[in-house]
Amino acid sequence: MNNNAPSTRARLRRAAEEQAARFPPLLAEAQHLALSITHGSHGRRQEGMGDEFWQYRPAQPGDQRGRIDWRRSARGDVHFIRQHEWQAAQSVLMWVDDGLSMRFSGYPNARPTKHDRASVLALSLAILLLRGGERVGMMQDGTPPRTGRTQIERLLVQMTGPQPEQDHARLMPRPLPRGARVVMFSDFLGDLDEVESTLQRAAGQGAGGALVQVLDPVEESFPYDGRTRFHSMSGKVKFETLRARGLRQAYLEKLAARKDRLGTIARHAGWRYVCHHTDASAQQALMWLISGFRRGR
Amino acid sequence: MFAIGPIGFHAPELLAGLLALPLLWWLLRAVPPAAVTRRFPAVTLLLGLKDPESTPDKTPWWLLLLRMLALAAIIIGFAGPVLNPRAVGKSSARPLLILADASWASARDWADRVARIGDVLEQADMQGRPAAVILLTRGPRETAELPFRAARDWKAALPSLTPAPWEPDYLPLVARLERLTKQARVFDTIWLSDGLKRPGRGKLAKVLGRHGEVTVLQSSQPVFALAPSVFRDGKIRITALRENSGPARPFRIQAFGPDPAGIERRLASAGGSFAAGERRAELVLSLPTDLLNRITRFEIAGQHSAGAVTLSDDALKRRKVVLFSDSAPREGQELLSPLHYLRKALQDTASLIEAPLEQALLAAPDVVILADVGKLAPLDRDALTRWVRKGGLLIRFAGPRLAAMNLPFGERDPLLPVVLRPGGRNVGGAMSWGSPRHLLAFDKESPFFGLAIPDDVTVSSQVVAQPGPDLSARTIASLQDGTPLVTRASLGKGQVVLFHVTANAEWSTLPLSGLFVKMLERLAVTTRGAALGPEDLKGRNWKPERVLDAYGVVHKADDLPAVGGDRLAVGMTGPDMPPGTYRNRGQQYALNVIAADRSLAPAAWPAGTRLGPMVARHEQPMKGWLLAVALLLMGLDILATLWVAGRLSGVRGAVLGILALGLVLIPQPPAMAQTVPEQLAIKATRDTVLAYVITGNPDIDATSRDGLRGLSQVLAQRTAIEPAAPIGVDLEKDELAFFPLIYWPISGDQALPSKQAVSRINAYLQSGGMILFDTRDADISAFGGTTAAGQRLRQIANSLDIPPLEPVPADHVLTRSFYLLQSFPGRFANGDVWVEAAPPDAVKLEGMPFRNLNDGVSPVVIGGNDWASAWAMGRNGEYLYPVGRGGYAGERQREMAFRFGVNLVMYVLTGNYKSDQVHVPALLQRLGQ
Repeated sequence: MNNNAPSTRARLRRAAEEQAARFPPLLAEAQHLALSITHGSHGRRQEGMGDEFWQYRPAQPGDQRGRIDWRRSARGDVHFIRQHEWQAAQSVLMWVDDGLSMRFSGYPNARPTKHDRASVLALSLAILLLRGGERVGMMQDGTPPRTGRTQIERLLVQMTGPQPEQDHARLMPRPLPRGARVVMFSDFLGDLDEVESTLQRAAGQGAGGALVQVLDPVEESFPYDGRTRFHSMSGKVKFETLRARGLRQAYLEKLAARKDRLGTIARHAGWRYVCHHTDASAQQALMWLISGFRRGR
Repeated sequence: MFAIGPIGFHAPELLAGLLALPLLWWLLRAVPPAAVTRRFPAVTLLLGLKDPESTPDKTPWWLLLLRMLALAAIIIGFAGPVLNPRAVGKSSARPLLILADASWASARDWADRVARIGDVLEQADMQGRPAAVILLTRGPRETAELPFRAARDWKAALPSLTPAPWEPDYLPLVARLERLTKQARVFDTIWLSDGLKRPGRGKLAKVLGRHGEVTVLQSSQPVFALAPSVFRDGKIRITALRENSGPARPFRIQAFGPDPAGIERRLASAGGSFAAGERRAELVLSLPTDLLNRITRFEIAGQHSAGAVTLSDDALKRRKVVLFSDSAPREGQELLSPLHYLRKALQDTASLIEAPLEQALLAAPDVVILADVGKLAPLDRDALTRWVRKGGLLIRFAGPRLAAMNLPFGERDPLLPVVLRPGGRNVGGAMSWGSPRHLLAFDKESPFFGLAIPDDVTVSSQVVAQPGPDLSARTIASLQDGTPLVTRASLGKGQVVLFHVTANAEWSTLPLSGLFVKMLERLAVTTRGAALGPEDLKGRNWKPERVLDAYGVVHKADDLPAVGGDRLAVGMTGPDMPPGTYRNRGQQYALNVIAADRSLAPAAWPAGTRLGPMVARHEQPMKGWLLAVALLLMGLDILATLWVAGRLSGVRGAVLGILALGLVLIPQPPAMAQTVPEQLAIKATRDTVLAYVITGNPDIDATSRDGLRGLSQVLAQRTAIEPAAPIGVDLEKDELAFFPLIYWPISGDQALPSKQAVSRINAYLQSGGMILFDTRDADISAFGGTTAAGQRLRQIANSLDIPPLEPVPADHVLTRSFYLLQSFPGRFANGDVWVEAAPPDAVKLEGMPFRNLNDGVSPVVIGGNDWASAWAMGRNGEYLYPVGRGGYAGERQREMAFRFGVNLVMYVLTGNYKSDQVHVPALLQRLGQ
């Protein structure tokens, strides 16, 4: 182990540097994307704990005396209570599948990998949310969601971590903060039962959220022909066909069934589901996500 | 060597590999195409899917075929196929006799024949067989022995073998061989035949067959020949002959002759065609007389042999003859017309003009015949006299009008050769005592000499000449009683001939006889008449004027001896009598290779003679081609396999395809040749450019280029000359005229320029160019020593047009054309530099430091100081070679070398400008005088 340590470290370092090299572009892209979204007021539109003034309301029996706003009340005969807008920050947890499967691009150099797109979406969403004062965290690590700019860097480190070895990231059961939102980015080509149970559990904890299925167009169109040996990104799963074109129809049907099931799972848990393709504009997906937050889901 | 048809194999056992192909087919067919490996994240979705087609995907048959073909090409290619393998003859030690017909019919492919003889000799040489080469048209040189020698010795003599423009004679060789038989000499024969049937050929072949194996090599190309042209009914008829009656074949006949300026040109051209199965084809040409008279020969276009050329002689020439008679035509009495017999006699051989005299003379006739014309109108008479004086031939016939002409006594009609007594005489008429007179045999001096006189030619009336001292000299034919019948006198350059009888049958029977025609011919013989028959030729010596060689090219024959008429009449061309035109005084006779009655037929060989093709087909190894085909097929296979496997799609496929095709097509040589000279011309003329001769030695060439580049930079820095980058010129190919100065480094191993290059260099030198010869050997060649480079320079200069030279005199313009110089160092400093010698009469003017040398720029500057090395600069301006010794002295020498270069280029570009007197004061000042 001692022998291996330096080389392992060197490898990690190299990988880290490779990843770090991608930070600024990723971040820049995410920030750029976030900028393009007009950031509206993020208040809760109801009275509660907060700094912003919300309304004066006439004091009623049962109100604590200390909550009476004397300055306002002095101007009239009625006692007013000053209420603040409820500004309780929300916890949003991101989950970006960092399995090898997500590192696929059907057209390298011209199209981002699914993971890249998912990361960009997650980061830009996080930026927007953090700007709105929410707490954002990653579902992978145990750290609780936090607010503040430095959280972006932390998320970035999380997202550009070392490449895993399995095709699909495992979903760890994790206690969620009360009323948290969860946004899951993945191609959902792995085990759907795991997703279902996670969602059910999250729903049980009162967490809402969204499933964003990121797919490469190639996975949608299956443009292969001839004798082909397919293997997964890790090479662990293999499949050989003599005539790939002949399988297209069956494949597309299975894919459609899978999407269907994802939609069903999400609906049952009260979540939202969208399928995003890497050749489509990321902004579109971001808008969709933001609009979901606006509607409070 | 194992051979299939014309293809032989070096390693035929490899062909057995072809047997493995079916097995391979079966194997390849069973194996499906290789799978493509793809990464695909959604592979989990595929798991459990079943291939819709249950049968395995087999390789398509055409792909298999492609691969089989590629493999077959490889197998066959490595089996070493050779097209037209050289048959390795049975190695035999027998001497080899090589016979060549070497006739006119061999001339068209003589080069092939010589090459073939060379091949045969080479083979004989390898086998160590002695050989003898005999050209059958050249006659026996040695008498007894056949000239067997080492085959190699004969090879040296090959270029001197030429075909002859006559037929080979086989019989002398037969006779020689008959004598040899006794010595039981055994030899094989290779006979390069021209393929024509000739007497004696079969016999010779039989005799040769007795000595050994006879192989006959014949060309499969047909032989064409042209029979002499015939003029009939106003048209030229030319008969073309061929030796085999093959399919229909067109041919083209061209007529050549001098144009009005005397330059030989093609005057006419006509196409004809051999009908299928015919050996003769006649072509009828109708040409205007003017053109006709100029034709000297006809040729079959594209056939370069004497047989395909027929020379034309006077027989073709048609003189313009004016017939004129006073007598009004009497209707219905044709036979009495004084012109009738003349017309009949002449119409085949001349173009007749019958018109009023003054008009007829405008047509510039060659002959004017006046039949029974008495007094001419004064205008006509004067015109006619002028015409005769210029060289015309006037022939007059007597008649009643002439007889009645009564001139005052003592006056003489210049248009009559003799003075006539008025009245004339009748002999043998009804009212006379005598009987009609016969003709006296022609005198030796007479142009009619040799003509037979028929018995039935009688004269019953005639005009009589006044006796005079010159009458007998003027008489060229007379009657038996001595009275002149035909008299002749010259007038100016021309002559006047008088027949003392009429041109019709009134006075004599002469016009009825054949003699009349012949006499007219002889006169016009003079006037170029019909074709000369054997009897015309006999008894006279004929001098060859122009002769044909076997290739059908006309040469002047000034040095050939005359040929006797008897020999000429035989007509067979031979070594003593080549075909051509022969002349005797005014008459011209064309002797052609092909006689009028000649016909061509293919040679018949005795049974059992081996026949072979004439052109030695060269071995063509096909290995390379087959392997290239295999490579191409494999390339296609790559593309096809990719396509089948579905990997060939979109952009990548297109790129791959283009790459593959490009790989296949790259070996083609780029087509660019045409524009190279133009590019050079543009490059060389856009700016002033210094040039150097590409010697072929890369080091020298690089030094020349760098040196001139350095000099160009210095010129650009210091003078108004801003030369572009120097250009290397190939003396053999490039035009030199663009360059003011050419630097020519000489090395000892340099190839001598070809003749074309030499003439181009000479033209360059004469038109104001300058060449700087540099032998680059001044370090070792001083004091009269000669180096290899110096010798080579002498050899080169030998053929160049170089004026007398002298070492640069102290007052040469070269010493002051820009810098004032005393020496001309390069990398070496002590070599003499030579330029064109100053004219010996150049004088030094009073008070002038220099001689008056205002003319001419030396076309050459010759030295050995290796200037290019001293000038040589790299691309960054660094000097490439050390010069002289020591830092400062060396750099000083380099500076001087540059100054020499600057002076030289100035000298080339400005000529003797600095020699002009205008500069003298400034120069004097600078010289400190």
